[in-house]
Amino acid sequence: MTDPPAPRHIPDRLDKPLSSAIFSWEALLVVVAVAIFVVNSFASPYFLDPWSLSDLTFNFTEKALIALAMALLIISGEIDLSVAAIIALASTMMGMAVQAGAGTPALVLIGIAVGLGCGAFNGLLVTRLGLPSIVVTIGTMSLFRGVAFIVLGDQAYKGYPASFAFFGQGYVWWVVSFELALFLIAAVIYWFVLHRTSFGRRVFAIGNNPVAAQFSGVRVDRIKFILFCLTGLMSGIAAVLITSRLGSTRPSIAQGYELEAITMVVLGGVSILGGAGSILGVVLAAFIMGLVTFGLGLLNVPGIVMSIFIGLLLIIVIALPIVWRRLRGGRFA
Amino acid sequence: MSFLKKLLVTAAFSAAMFVNAAYAENVKIALVVKSLGNGFFDAANKGAEEAAKELGDVEVIYTGPTKATAEAQIEVVNSLIAQKVNAIAISANDADALVPALKKAMERGITVISWDSGVAPEGRQLHLNPSDTGLIGETIIKLAADYLPEGGDVAILSASSTATNQNAWIEAAKKILPEKFPKINLVATVYGDDDSAKSTDEAKGLLKSYPNLKAIIAPTTVGVVAAAQVVTDEGLIGKVNVTGLALPSEFKKFIDNGSSQAVALWNPIDLGYSAIYLAHDLAVKKEEAKPGATLSIGRVGKVTLDDTNSAAMAPPFQFDKTNIEKFSKIY
Repeated sequence: MTDPPAPRHIPDRLDKPLSSAIFSWEALLVVVAVAIFVVNSFASPYFLDPWSLSDLTFNFTEKALIALAMALLIISGEIDLSVAAIIALASTMMGMAVQAGAGTPALVLIGIAVGLGCGAFNGLLVTRLGLPSIVVTIGTMSLFRGVAFIVLGDQAYKGYPASFAFFGQGYVWWVVSFELALFLIAAVIYWFVLHRTSFGRRVFAIGNNPVAAQFSGVRVDRIKFILFCLTGLMSGIAAVLITSRLGSTRPSIAQGYELEAITMVVLGGVSILGGAGSILGVVLAAFIMGLVTFGLGLLNVPGIVMSIFIGLLLIIVIALPIVWRRLRGGRFA
Repeated sequence: MSFLKKLLVTAAFSAAMFVNAAYAENVKIALVVKSLGNGFFDAANKGAEEAAKELGDVEVIYTGPTKATAEAQIEVVNSLIAQKVNAIAISANDADALVPALKKAMERGITVISWDSGVAPEGRQLHLNPSDTGLIGETIIKLAADYLPEGGDVAILSASSTATNQNAWIEAAKKILPEKFPKINLVATVYGDDDSAKSTDEAKGLLKSYPNLKAIIAPTTVGVVAAAQVVTDEGLIGKVNVTGLALPSEFKKFIDNGSSQAVALWNPIDLGYSAIYLAHDLAVKKEEAKPGATLSIGRVGKVTLDDTNSAAMAPPFQFDKTNIEKFSKIY
């Protein structure tokens, strides 16, 4: 127990020596991101175009917003697999509201509220009944999407008001889309919460040792409940964005988003066992995934090859530090 | 790090090789399909390549997502917009969700048409249907009539009684019977619900109730196989001809054993071919897509746009002994 397998014991230390900053996970991700950026610029003449780069961000912003909250949840030792299903349910409810004549502000509120409600439901099941989150959220994943399918069947909701399109299709300044701006602001907020508040310290404490945290006076269940609510909230926000971007709702909306969000979190250096990770890493991972998929898309590489690339990237980036440590350890042993 | 770098550099080089070929001053038309790895769409791409060769200055980009979802297809459309392709011809996974992305493409000067599976009118300039109700209705009767010079009794084995497509085709067939095929006598329409067992029972019932039956017409791929199997099993090959809409790969053995003379279905090769022609008509020849406009689709002929800027390509394509071998390998 004295030497857990986590890659870094104190991931969040403020007084890091310079050497650790150079060899940190985030530095590695920056190098990877820059490398991919450079490769893309050489590989395709269309890549270095402000509008191309702007379009690129739409490939990941919705998933990345969820990944921010998911990172906190995974750091605390829990997981939520129902996020994409929450999007489907929230989007369906927004569609029903449109049929009933709701305006844009009401739609946004409904989407966010449904997301928050679903997150609270997950949180209650996990904290009150003491069920493992992976089991609970596999269940609610089917439940939430199932409701969407019952309501919609093979139909679609459309006819969203024109002003609603701004959230998923609008730009706040030149090529900076609303989605990207929202993601960057959310990233700063999550960075602050996780790395600069006592709440964040408690999240790390719970992930490293929930029992010790409990005995130290941390209200473990309450914090976990809040984290599930946050994940639901971000899924609700993502539902507003994607519904606005597509201009319609089908029950199959956002299929597979949960795994892509979790991939971002893991690629971002968050320990899947909990207790370690950083928001900066997750943000970098989101950009890396966007750069890779868009870069390959520009070259018309088939989607299946793209999945192989993402898989390889994940394995390489995760294996690299471990192999590096082994090699160095071997030399000194 | 070096391994990763090597990997990336290798990827970049191989990628750059791919791209270099594409730098020629060609008209780039993207054929976007619902998902890759589908025989129907691979066949459409064959037709698209054929059209590109005929037109000379066209380069076809055959692409699509791995998952048949609207979100994945939007990512593909976004990357095509960034590549500044001249035209996008798409078979959409979702008629509505693709609209904003395709609108953006049109705003940036890209010609957008849909084919096979359409997009709502505001998201494309025109839509190409493989066929239309009237043509299908006429074809299914003609398939039977061609092999009944003296005329005779025929029956229809449909999908479910509520199937919108089939009902419309049967309605069209009934309308055309008295004027074009006066010797053909439609004695019954039964419903097999697109279920193999029920279709088999219904086909057996038809043969019992109408001993003079000369042909069973099944405008559904499930029903047509069931009916042909019944005719084969009951030793009625040569007496009763089974026909309708069938997938060549599923139906080849019944053409081979003689229980069916010919069946029909849309031809994906012609569909891909025509889609490229239409995209070329709009993007290069600057033809306007408006109701009533007539556009050329090369060797397949011409299409006329209706009120919603939709067009029907051709009657269903007929498969018989001469070509079933070739098409059964495609789809």
